[in-house]
Amino acid sequence: MSTNAPTAPLGGRLGRLTDPRTLGSAGIALGALAFWLALPPWTVRTVGPSIALGIFAVACGIAAAPRGERRLGWGAIVVGILAILGAIWLQGVQEATLKNILTAGLLASTLRFATPLAFAAMGGIFSERSGVVNIGLEGMMLMGAFFGIWGSIWSGTWVVGILMAMVFGGLLALVHAFFCIHLRADQIVSGFAVNLMALGLTGYLFSSIYSSGIPSGVSRVPNVTLGWLDSIPGVGNFLAGVFGDLNLLVWIMFGVVIASYVVLFKTPIGLRIRSVGEHPRAADTVGISVYGVRYTAVTLSGVLAALGGAFLSIGFTGTFAENMTSGRGFIALAAVILGKWRPGWAFAATLLFGFGFALSIPLQREADISASVISTLPYVLTLIALVGVIGRSIPPAAVGRPYVKQ
Amino acid sequence: MAETPEATPGGFSGLTGFYERAGGFIVPFAATVLAFVIGGLVVAITGHNPFAAYKAIFNGTGLNWFFPWVQGDDRTHAAVNLEQTLIIMTPLMLTALAVAFAFRCGLFNIGGQGQYWVGFIAAIWIGTHMSGLSRPVHVLLAILAAIVAGAIWGGIAGILKAAVGAHEVISTIMLNWIAIYGGQYLFEPNGPLQGPIPALPRSSIIDGSAKLWPIWKMEGVIQVLHAGIFIALFALVVYYILLNRTTLGYEVRAVGFNPEAARYGGISVARNYFLALAISGAFAGLAGGVDLLGYKFSVDTSDFATNQVGFTGIAVALLGRNKPLGIMFAALLFAGLQTGTSTRALDPTIFSPSLATDLATIIQALVIFFVGAEVLIFFIWRARRHLRFRGAGAQA
Repeated sequence: MSTNAPTAPLGGRLGRLTDPRTLGSAGIALGALAFWLALPPWTVRTVGPSIALGIFAVACGIAAAPRGERRLGWGAIVVGILAILGAIWLQGVQEATLKNILTAGLLASTLRFATPLAFAAMGGIFSERSGVVNIGLEGMMLMGAFFGIWGSIWSGTWVVGILMAMVFGGLLALVHAFFCIHLRADQIVSGFAVNLMALGLTGYLFSSIYSSGIPSGVSRVPNVTLGWLDSIPGVGNFLAGVFGDLNLLVWIMFGVVIASYVVLFKTPIGLRIRSVGEHPRAADTVGISVYGVRYTAVTLSGVLAALGGAFLSIGFTGTFAENMTSGRGFIALAAVILGKWRPGWAFAATLLFGFGFALSIPLQREADISASVISTLPYVLTLIALVGVIGRSIPPAAVGRPYVKQ
Repeated sequence: MAETPEATPGGFSGLTGFYERAGGFIVPFAATVLAFVIGGLVVAITGHNPFAAYKAIFNGTGLNWFFPWVQGDDRTHAAVNLEQTLIIMTPLMLTALAVAFAFRCGLFNIGGQGQYWVGFIAAIWIGTHMSGLSRPVHVLLAILAAIVAGAIWGGIAGILKAAVGAHEVISTIMLNWIAIYGGQYLFEPNGPLQGPIPALPRSSIIDGSAKLWPIWKMEGVIQVLHAGIFIALFALVVYYILLNRTTLGYEVRAVGFNPEAARYGGISVARNYFLALAISGAFAGLAGGVDLLGYKFSVDTSDFATNQVGFTGIAVALLGRNKPLGIMFAALLFAGLQTGTSTRALDPTIFSPSLATDLATIIQALVIFFVGAEVLIFFIWRARRHLRFRGAGAQA
């Protein structure tokens, strides 16, 4: 409901500045700035500037909220208040502690946590853009995690592990596609069954094959060491801290995100996928195989989600545990919705959730907060983001509806 | 149009009609049989004897208690197992109702698990902080607290859905994890509700006056069947009446069938989304309360991550087709499956319980697949007739 607000009587540039949309966005930005001031590298040790900025943010929100930008306005108010409270709280925290939490390693760790989410989110985008809801991402990730480590142990090399993960993730997705497309089962119910199936199957195989646990020394996906980053003057140290020692799969993830964008929005294939998701009948009429596109897209989503799962097992930890994905597939799905079914924005959303996961580790080490409370952080963050300062997202028109050929 | 939630990305409203139409019991029954057959194949492929495994699991459920020829020690074992099955069946019926009620409004409530825990925790608080009350009052108060807490937890997802159109599948999953970790925090060492022993991550045991009345006492059995099963059966009746005999139920079903039409007919879709999820949450919260007051009496932090009663409730609701009687039988099936595959009831020399637990999950998944895809069942049914027809033709 973002109707155009009536132009302010002052007109011109000033009118644009007092536009509720601009005000709301500015309020949110100011609120964020207010909080950031209290953090390294600034670390302003008086609370004054933060409070002033925070109040300004709230004021912007109050100005914007009643004038058609309820979501942005309230967002600015909430961000402003949180920033003031946060800044006051931060005054009580040792500066050294803050520096220990906010390091380049935190960003690297954000990328690491975002990687499985991003893979699954890209998969989710392909599936949903073609008109098939895929809440089975979680299960497909789990398949990838298990068969990744299984292939790696069986063959002794991580390459086979990744291939196996992709094959079995794709197979499970194919089952989902068959039930959704040909059998016209409800897509959410089928996706739920996919999750349960993966949970049972990987648990069953795990207990029967590795009853004495995963052996140590599993072949893992190597890290890519970029030593030369350090020699860049100025920011080199920081860049090396973030990008210097990332897993190969993280870099593949970057590639997948870019490729997803290009394929979906710059190629005829992408146009086909999107048209099938928006108006399958029209697509059918011009000779696009609706079933073919949907099968391909859903299978691809399983392959990508499984890559994310494989990162969890053979990229990140080198081990497997029952239900080790613990809701990540659903967080990826939230990222898809938050990112409005666009690869770039969805990736940004996974970074946000990844940050939630990453932050919980140094917080547990440095701050005197219960680990259980901190573990809720990514989930709370997802919930808040879902309510969204960002705006309502509109799914592809035909998503969730089975298509019947005529 | 004021704040109106958009259609769910799942296009879920078609589902309720789907379930209404087919009705009957052939599809769920066939789905179950098919699921067990495929589960048996998995057992056979991994080098075990499926018949022996299923027989052991069946004997573990205690349902053989109903066979008159089972006598002596076997009968005692069967009684113990049957009691356990009925204890597990109780919350399953309620968490299934939590799923079913939202289903009828076109919503998929995966949050039963979180709502269960919130109800459970509320009941613990009443059960340990209100000593001196008479037993009926204390029990009633604890149960009411569980219902209200569950309704609030479900209602959060409902408000998010109604006000900003946040997809309930994701919000309820997130609320599940928040409830699970929040619960761990409450009862871990130095947690606000931790029990009297400092090193033990466990709550206090509730007062005797808050415990539900036992109804089937046996010698040497710790977990006794309790009056909660009557509460759950009563809830099935409440569910039926609420849905089919009240204005609220009419509106909920109307929204479930077709939100657009309901809105056109003057029904507030947002309000019904909220109410449906809140009432769903109330059922799941009641499940938590009944479990605590009936036989658990306290909670260990490790329980939070392992308990699956909310998720199994989804399978129960789907298999039971959101009908009270269907839910009752489906709950019995899955409760039996859980008891039968437990470490205590299943003979490990025949089939390892750790495998059997996962087998039970696989069977659940298969059941949901097949119930969800009725077309497949009908297809097999037709193909079978077709084959028989061809066979008869070949003979002639």
